[in-house]
Amino acid sequence: MMASSYNAKEEDGQLSGAAGSGGVGAGKSKKPDNTAFKQQRLPAWQPILTAGTVLPAFFVIGLIFIPIGIGLFVTSNNIKEFEIDYTGIDPASPCYNCSQTLTWNSTKPCVCKIPFTLEQSFESDVFMYYGLSNFYQNHRRYVKSRDDSQLNGDASSLTSPSKECEPYRTSDNKPIAPCGAIANSLFNDTLTLYYINPNGTESLVPLQKKGIAWWTDKNVKFRNPGGNNFNLTAVFQGTSKPVNWQKPVYELDTDPENNGFINEDFIVWMRTAALPTFRKLYRLIEKKNNMIPTLQRGNYTLDITYTHFPIQCSDYPVRRFDGRKRMILSTISWMGGKNPFLGIAYITVGSVCFFLGVVLLIIHQKYGNRNNSAEIPN
Amino acid sequence: MAPEFGESGEVKSYKLKKRRKKQSKKDIKTRTVHSNLLYSCAKGDENPNRHYAHNNIKTTKYTLLSFLPKNLFEQFHRFANVYFVFIALLNFVPIVNAFQPELALAPVVFILSVTALKDLWEDYRRHRSDKEINHMDCLVYCRNERKFLEKYWKEIQVGDFIRLRCNEIIPADVLLLSSSDPDGLCHIETATLDGETNLKQRQVVRSFSELDCVFDPTQYKAVIECEKPNNDLNRFRGYMIQRSGRRDGLHKENLLLRGCTIRNTEEAVGIVIYAGHETKAMLNNNGPRYKRSKLERQMNVHVFWCVIILVVMCLFAAIGHGLWVWQYGEHRPLFDVPSPEGPALSPALSAVYLFLTMIIIFQVYFIHQDLDLYDEETDSHLQCRALNITEDLGQMQYIFSDKTGTLTENKMVFRRCTVMGEEYSHDANARRLATYQEADSEEEECTSKAGTLPRRDSVTSHQSVKVMHRSQSTKSHRRTGSRAEAKRASILSKHTAFSSPMEKDITPDPKLFDKVNECASQLYLMRSQGQPMNHLASELSDVIDFFIALTICNTVVVSSPNQPRHKVRVRLELKSPVKTIEDFIRRFTPSRLTGSNSSSSSSLVTNRSTHKTCSSLLSSPSAESTLMGLEEELGPAPRREAGPASPPGGDGELRYEAESPDEAALVYAARAYNCALVGRLPEQVTVELPHLGKLTFELLHTLGFDATRKRMSVVVRHPLTGEIVVYTKGADSAIMDLTRHGSTDENRGKHQRKILNKTQNYLNLYAADGLRTLCIAKRVLSKEEYACWLKSHLEAESAIQSREQLLFESALRLEKNLHLLGATGIEDRLQDGVPEAIAALRKAGLQVWVLTGDKQETAINIAYSCKLLDHEEEIITLNAETPEACAVLLDESIHYIQSKFVNNTLNPAAEDFEVDFTPFQIPSSSSVHRLGLVIDGRTLAYALDKRLEDKFLAVARSCRSVLCCRSTPLQKSMVVKLVRNKLKVMTLAIGDGANDVSMIQIADVGVGISGQEGMQAVMASDFAVPRFQYLEKLLLVHGHWCYSRLANMILYFFYKNAMFVAILFWFQFYCGFSGSAMMDQWYLIFFNLMFSSFPQLVTGILDRDVSSETLLALPELYRNGQDSEEYKPHMFWMNMIDAFYQSLVCFFIPYFAYADSDVDLFTWGTPVTTLALFTILMHLGIETKTWTWLNWASIVFSLALFFTVALCYNASCPTCYPPSNPYWTMQRLMGDPMFYLLCALTPVVALLPRYLHRVFQGTLFPTQVQQGRQLDELPSLKRSNILRQRSTTVDSPFGPRPSFHLFPEPFPMDYGYRATESHSRQLREASRDCNQPGNGSAAQGDGQDREREASTSRSDPPGESQEEDPFPIPKSHRASDANTLPYSEALRAAVDSESSFCEDGYRLDPIGDSESSFCEDGFRLDPIGDLNLLNWITSAALFNQPGSAVQAESLQSMLQTAEKEDGSPSPTSTRPHSDLEVVQNQQLVNPVSSEVKAAVPDCLQEGALETTLL
Repeated sequence: MMASSYNAKEEDGQLSGAAGSGGVGAGKSKKPDNTAFKQQRLPAWQPILTAGTVLPAFFVIGLIFIPIGIGLFVTSNNIKEFEIDYTGIDPASPCYNCSQTLTWNSTKPCVCKIPFTLEQSFESDVFMYYGLSNFYQNHRRYVKSRDDSQLNGDASSLTSPSKECEPYRTSDNKPIAPCGAIANSLFNDTLTLYYINPNGTESLVPLQKKGIAWWTDKNVKFRNPGGNNFNLTAVFQGTSKPVNWQKPVYELDTDPENNGFINEDFIVWMRTAALPTFRKLYRLIEKKNNMIPTLQRGNYTLDITYTHFPIQCSDYPVRRFDGRKRMILSTISWMGGKNPFLGIAYITVGSVCFFLGVVLLIIHQKYGNRNNSAEIPN
Repeated sequence: MAPEFGESGEVKSYKLKKRRKKQSKKDIKTRTVHSNLLYSCAKGDENPNRHYAHNNIKTTKYTLLSFLPKNLFEQFHRFANVYFVFIALLNFVPIVNAFQPELALAPVVFILSVTALKDLWEDYRRHRSDKEINHMDCLVYCRNERKFLEKYWKEIQVGDFIRLRCNEIIPADVLLLSSSDPDGLCHIETATLDGETNLKQRQVVRSFSELDCVFDPTQYKAVIECEKPNNDLNRFRGYMIQRSGRRDGLHKENLLLRGCTIRNTEEAVGIVIYAGHETKAMLNNNGPRYKRSKLERQMNVHVFWCVIILVVMCLFAAIGHGLWVWQYGEHRPLFDVPSPEGPALSPALSAVYLFLTMIIIFQVYFIHQDLDLYDEETDSHLQCRALNITEDLGQMQYIFSDKTGTLTENKMVFRRCTVMGEEYSHDANARRLATYQEADSEEEECTSKAGTLPRRDSVTSHQSVKVMHRSQSTKSHRRTGSRAEAKRASILSKHTAFSSPMEKDITPDPKLFDKVNECASQLYLMRSQGQPMNHLASELSDVIDFFIALTICNTVVVSSPNQPRHKVRVRLELKSPVKTIEDFIRRFTPSRLTGSNSSSSSSLVTNRSTHKTCSSLLSSPSAESTLMGLEEELGPAPRREAGPASPPGGDGELRYEAESPDEAALVYAARAYNCALVGRLPEQVTVELPHLGKLTFELLHTLGFDATRKRMSVVVRHPLTGEIVVYTKGADSAIMDLTRHGSTDENRGKHQRKILNKTQNYLNLYAADGLRTLCIAKRVLSKEEYACWLKSHLEAESAIQSREQLLFESALRLEKNLHLLGATGIEDRLQDGVPEAIAALRKAGLQVWVLTGDKQETAINIAYSCKLLDHEEEIITLNAETPEACAVLLDESIHYIQSKFVNNTLNPAAEDFEVDFTPFQIPSSSSVHRLGLVIDGRTLAYALDKRLEDKFLAVARSCRSVLCCRSTPLQKSMVVKLVRNKLKVMTLAIGDGANDVSMIQIADVGVGISGQEGMQAVMASDFAVPRFQYLEKLLLVHGHWCYSRLANMILYFFYKNAMFVAILFWFQFYCGFSGSAMMDQWYLIFFNLMFSSFPQLVTGILDRDVSSETLLALPELYRNGQDSEEYKPHMFWMNMIDAFYQSLVCFFIPYFAYADSDVDLFTWGTPVTTLALFTILMHLGIETKTWTWLNWASIVFSLALFFTVALCYNASCPTCYPPSNPYWTMQRLMGDPMFYLLCALTPVVALLPRYLHRVFQGTLFPTQVQQGRQLDELPSLKRSNILRQRSTTVDSPFGPRPSFHLFPEPFPMDYGYRATESHSRQLREASRDCNQPGNGSAAQGDGQDREREASTSRSDPPGESQEEDPFPIPKSHRASDANTLPYSEALRAAVDSESSFCEDGYRLDPIGDSESSFCEDGFRLDPIGDLNLLNWITSAALFNQPGSAVQAESLQSMLQTAEKEDGSPSPTSTRPHSDLEVVQNQQLVNPVSSEVKAAVPDCLQEGALETTLL
């Protein structure tokens, strides 16, 4: 295959060129540059991993991690959290009836009241969450089943939603708005909180609807079609509501700033949870007065108003997949909600590193020196 | 005629195949070639040659059209590529798509296109070189212009007439029709084809050789029938049908092969028979094997495993998903989207190959850039031609090397000689060679400053003076010539075959020079006084005879450089000078017995008259053309004669052209003594002698060299004495047996014997030094003897049957009773640093085999001088005539090896050293012994037979060195193939000529030497280096680096991908096995390609685990790669486990941190990605051994890139990128302290086990490489000290040895052994037995201290050691690369005295001597009785041994002293300290030598004392 004859010409040229320049013509020479890079002599740090050299790292890690861990742990412990399960599996539970499909009265929304007591008062802002478990919002098909441009107010997407929304793309030959499985499964229990005054009267705890979604979601990602046209009924003309919904999307709220696609409950729901057990922010309870705690110690009632779920003829149907529904009241800190894990992890890792540091120190004392002297005879 | 040849299946070019098919349809079994001139247009339909291949060659793989499909097809050979494409295509199936299909295709397309571009570039290079070759010029006869015109090679067609001039390369296979040589000869150099650099003669087709006029193509009407194109270089058959119907046989002697070079012939004309791809040279080039590196093969397996793991994961996910769906039964949960579901777990396995390719490309770049691999002489550096096997360089186990041009420079240099038993060491000459380089480079500086071209012709005497002058200043001693020298040589080689200034300028030995002068002047005196010449003192006459023999006993042709050589066109009536008895009588009439200067010219004149006219062989000779031819013939004739008859100018302008370079070397040597060959004619030789002027010897016969006789002779008539003298030159074994033993004169006979013995001793010494030895002898014939011989000789010549045999016998009859004149030692100059390179490669655990086409003797000599064979090594020589004999020999050898070495390897002493030797010791592999195997081509052919190959391998692999002589290119490749396939080892073949091409292609790695013998080897090679010595660095440093880098990188790739995929896998447990990914698909796809790739590239390219200095100083580190220690299957699995662990950490820490929170899928997935990135980068950090700023920069860049891309991407579009739609995710995360806390914690947890493992392993069980790294860390001074100690330790015979078989310091014990190799089974058990316990006891002390002592005593600068070092002999012997043989005047005296003393039969085993002080028995007389006395009185050996014994002994006692002195000796070799040691040494000499005295016979002791006290 290879050429059979040798290339006299080339060689000739080289030689005469070289001879002519007599070695002075370095420009022509193929001699590589004597640079550190090309000769692979770049100055380099060559760490050698032996007990002696890595000792400090372990101690440093240990000494840094343990305080951080303690800090985190303390912070997490200071967070107050109250959780109440209202799935109603237990027949004794007040919500048992509402959760049973058979007893469901379709004419009137079912309401269940769950009393509870807060042992401690919640001093700072309180976040009210609803929590679902065993709910796979991260399912591949589920996650995909949405049309972001529709949600962003795109007129053409409104009328012809993305194929990803199948099979929740159209109903009755009308495009669904908002389309897709995520929107279709919008959480629709309504939670209200009453404080039972010591005198026995109930007072509604003011729950703030707004400010629970990301600012960017509310203002950038989600937009109602038709721009500033507040007549959402007209805007959504020609679309159909998601099959599971009772009301169309433009009736989610009365406040035009919180209606349609920019309804914050809707936006929060559309941000699909990472794990099957999750919570979603439902309401805020803002601290009004520096003197009074946001939620005092005492008795409360949680009112759950179930909305009819047309297809399934039930409440928000978590029981068929062994799901749970929870209401969570929590304060938050700089590091988010209550989660002692990180603190413990930091403390553990820090301690392990410290311990390993000690072990390495011993090894270093015992073997490190011997080794060096053995290899490198003085 | 030869039906099967053409179809032998060796056809590699597909183009050719096509053509073949076309032809085979016609089913023509022979090829018929007509002259193209007979047809008006070469392409005309009637031209019968039109079907034959053109001379246009095309070696490219692709055409524009076929590139895409072919290249893709080739790329899909890589398993992973197919896999990726499959996955990417899967994405187009909507059900299972994981990504947007286009996005998924992007990486695959990228990878494929990068590789395709690389292939395209390579192919383009091939195309360019083809083009260059195709556009070389050649003279082709043009029908219309009626003369030869320049044409391109590619335009040549079969049937064209081409004219070739001297030093031109032959463009096609040409049938020689005419030559400017009077004898119709044409010399060609076939080095590019078979590697033999001697000139070969080609003969004009018989019927044309009888023509005397200039060949006229238009008159050519014959038709040539020959066999079809085939690849057999040594075979050509055909016949030429003349117009007259006469048939002339054609054979290979008539064919000039493409690629050869015309030499020594001014002009030749021929007709093209085969062109282009059908030439034998092209057919001999097998297509390159598709080479895949071992690492890649290993990796492919693991890619396969990875895919299996993936598939298992996918299956698991699929089943999981099924179960998950099933658990909900009929009720579909809210989040379940009712649509068909596929189990596509999006596999993010990466572009492993792409990265490997990129890393390799950069590695190649760095290898290119290495200054150490740059050769100034040829201004070339290493070329990597194959881009996928660099890592193999680090895993080589066997090296197969060519000899000529690879190990040697193929420059023969006269080094020394002995005349009449007296040695002339030519010290000045040796120094000249040593300092050649300096003088040259300086000279070149001068010339270049002056702005002139290097002087070509007048460098001769001038320079030697300069060199002499220079040699007084002791500067660096480099062995070979410099750039200037090589350049000049190569320029000159355009004109003459073999002559470089180094070979030409011999500095005469002053003593000998005086003798020659004296002798010549006496002769002159005698001649002027008219005394008979044969009464000269025999010694003096021998001296002059010696030089005459050197001058005339050869086939050297004289030419002058400025004009191209013109041989005198003399046609003698008789080819052999003396053909008949009548002729003899006629010519030996007394009147002609007085030879004189005039005789030559007169004979010429007479001869010229015998010009023949053109014979009428041409089918229709026109009178005109004949006349024209005659005129042409006569016109320039006088000028031509002027050449040799009156040599132009001074000696400097004479140029000798020899068939083999050593002949030329001898002639040049003689010229240095003013015995210059000034002219050679078929019948006479003119020699110029000092004082005597030109003498013309009548050349009666030349009995050419042949391999069986191993000698050549000339029969001349001496012009001074009138005697008929036979001068014979040949191998020492051949001549020594033929010398006259019994002489009538008792005194004289004794003297003669003594000379013989002395000469033999010197010959042994020469051989030990790797010189080619030749003996020169003469015999004076009386007229009667001559007449008698002549008669039989003529009968033999005229015999029809068994002529060869008769001639052989006739030669035998002549070459007997020779009178030995002397011997010469010619150095076949090794290339720079070859012995060192071989030694280093050996230490690195590489087996070096030399496969050469050269003669056995030459090969063995070279093997000795390049330290391939060791003088203390036993040599098994396999020379068998029949397959049966070969089988028997092999069996015997196996048996012998087993019986000999099985018990030795169990030697407990040997094992003791292994225990207490430090980790750098060479692991003893019991299968390799101190044995050398020499096998010749024929035996090799038998041994390579299926039935015997296993036995052959068994023998060969237990030998330390293997030498295959006289092997054909095919055999070379077969050997390589055999070893590669049977032993499953990595093989490297290195060679420089076309004869090495097949070997280069078949080996795992083929290395070509560029710029020596043409380009073919380079074209076929994977790597091209300018010199053999660069192989050392290429393998030990670059190979090691490439291997360790790539191995680490591959492991890292696997780890990285496994870890990344595993994270996704864990997530499946939390997403209902739905194949969902929490990472954005862009991150998934570009994670590998962009975010994590740069640091990895930088590390893969720049990382060096051990510095090059350390690697070179400790070749043992190379074993790391040989044993595949960086990449072993268990490492792959460990890495996988680690990857899984790390992915678990990276998954579950965020999982728990965000458990039951309101985090959304991608806000959670992004930190996971980030964590994975951090972990992966930090993992790389652990694996990175050297951190340059580039590493830091790349890591910072990677992270910055990731965050920048993430931020930009997350800010770019609020509605795009479904399904993740990560708008503002990163921005939010960056404001979340949790994110940073995770980033700090996770990598630490993830990498803790690996880090710990590395730390523990590095602390407790450091590998060799790690220790090498620790050496690197030391301050440079300390390190170099340690390294020096190491290297000397390994060399030192006194250092502890792992086992006997690695024992590099040669005891020069066995010089005579070489002479008896053929029956070299007689082995030296006794000496060895003694040897080993000796070492054992030596090693039992504190080895390190001894090493130190040895090294300090050794590291004394030579200047001081000359006065102080009491052990000059071992030292100088150690300086094996020095040019002087290690004997001083005193030594010579010692030799003389010793040999005369010992003649009476003291036989001592040298080993016994040297080691007996360690052996408890004390001195031991040689227990082996059957060894030749002559071989044993190897004076130098005897002489050396006591010296080394003394050294050893004194070292030992010195050691004790040192131990007493201070317990913790420091490694410094500062002056005062070593001075002290030297003093100690001197003090120690006395007791030691008295010990010696006690045991050694007197003669020995004297020698010993003499040296020790020198």
